Amino acid sequence: MKRPGIVKAVLIFLFLVLVIQGGLQLYRHRHFDVPVVAGPGVTRVTRLSEFGPGLKKTMADPLVYFLEGKEPGGKAILLSNTHANEPEGLLATLLMIENAVVEKGTLIIIPQFNHSAGRNTRPGDGYPLYFEIPTDWGRKRFRLGNRDASPLDQWPDPDVYIHYPDRQLLSYIDARNVNRTWPGRPGGPLMEKVTFAAMEIMRREKVDVAVDIHGAETMFPVTNCIVAPEKSNRIATMAALTVKAKEGFDSHVEPSPSGFRGLSHREIGDFSDTLPFLLEAPIPFLDQPTGPKTEKFLLDGKDPFLLSLAQKKKLFVPYDASGWPLEKRVGQHCSVTLEILRQYSKKNPERSILVHGIPRYAEIVQDGVGHYFHDPAMADKDKIYLN
Amino acid sequence: MPVIMIFYYLITAYLVVLLVWNFVREKKKVEDLAQYLLVLIPLVLRILRIK
Repeated sequence: MKRPGIVKAVLIFLFLVLVIQGGLQLYRHRHFDVPVVAGPGVTRVTRLSEFGPGLKKTMADPLVYFLEGKEPGGKAILLSNTHANEPEGLLATLLMIENAVVEKGTLIIIPQFNHSAGRNTRPGDGYPLYFEIPTDWGRKRFRLGNRDASPLDQWPDPDVYIHYPDRQLLSYIDARNVNRTWPGRPGGPLMEKVTFAAMEIMRREKVDVAVDIHGAETMFPVTNCIVAPEKSNRIATMAALTVKAKEGFDSHVEPSPSGFRGLSHREIGDFSDTLPFLLEAPIPFLDQPTGPKTEKFLLDGKDPFLLSLAQKKKLFVPYDASGWPLEKRVGQHCSVTLEILRQYSKKNPERSILVHGIPRYAEIVQDGVGHYFHDPAMADKDKIYLN
Repeated sequence: MPVIMIFYYLITAYLVVLLVWNFVREKKKVEDLAQYLLVLIPLVLRILRIK
């Protein structure tokens, strides 16, 4: 090397460009807040750490919204962003927070359940950092998160994750996956503290129904469905049959396997009196053999490779050139959730949960998801929560 | 922050020092210099708690 000083200076310059340019994008994503306009039904907002003190001042302490009716009745908890790369759940619950009014009973909504994962990214898979949806007043921007919590918040990963309390051996990465750490424990790793705090809400508040809202690949057999354990099976079946008959979309029932531990639809039912349900809507963006993971693909679900696979009958859902757009996915989640609440209320009139103001499948498909979000610039400041 | 995570940050900082030391001492191979800096990127981002 003839001039080592100059070569080193050039390399250090390139190093700084890469670190600053890349680092700033990641830093901004982790600290980007989405304004949520609390609707007329929101009566109280707190943080999950109220139920699990180990979460205080961590990045795993999401907001918890209470929508309490004038009349006492049953209680339901809705969770989304358990996996923060499945945004249809997040949009469905935010839409409920901004529009729902509870007449009887209580809705408890945690839209950003894995708060740390919602501020994590997946650059290795080429995920976009954000996505935007059109609204009546402009475009609303959301972070696209990751399936698992950020290693900045829970580290190191174990070689094998040993589930508590069953001691089943799970993949190391599942230590940061809040849909493997149920029912949790107060002194466990951070993600176990998150699920423990949610279990505490269900036990202390005597929650009747828990709905955990997800998205799943079209090539994954457990998709477009309601996953339910034995105790929730009857209500899940009635909800599936009713949305099929009345609203014309499929969301069949899958049994919750008793031998696979750590999942919300299994552990919530086994460790509390709450009836758990897990909703899956197909999200082609998560499939592996697809084109680039663009924002457009996330929103419209259109992909030529999946279309070719559908023609060879390799997918578990019907798939054509119209893809599987976000409106359908969010609409399905809203309708199925409402139907589960209705079926539960029919069976338990003294613990019924009556809600209005939440649009159903056909309305969301027709109007678009963004139509139901309110402009934070026009809202009272005390109604805005940064999520 | 749990104690074990603090140990991991200390290990990361130690690796950063080693790489910087090797980078300073290297006088001949441009490839090695570039590789030291490439390996440094994720370690620096972790210490700064960015990624």
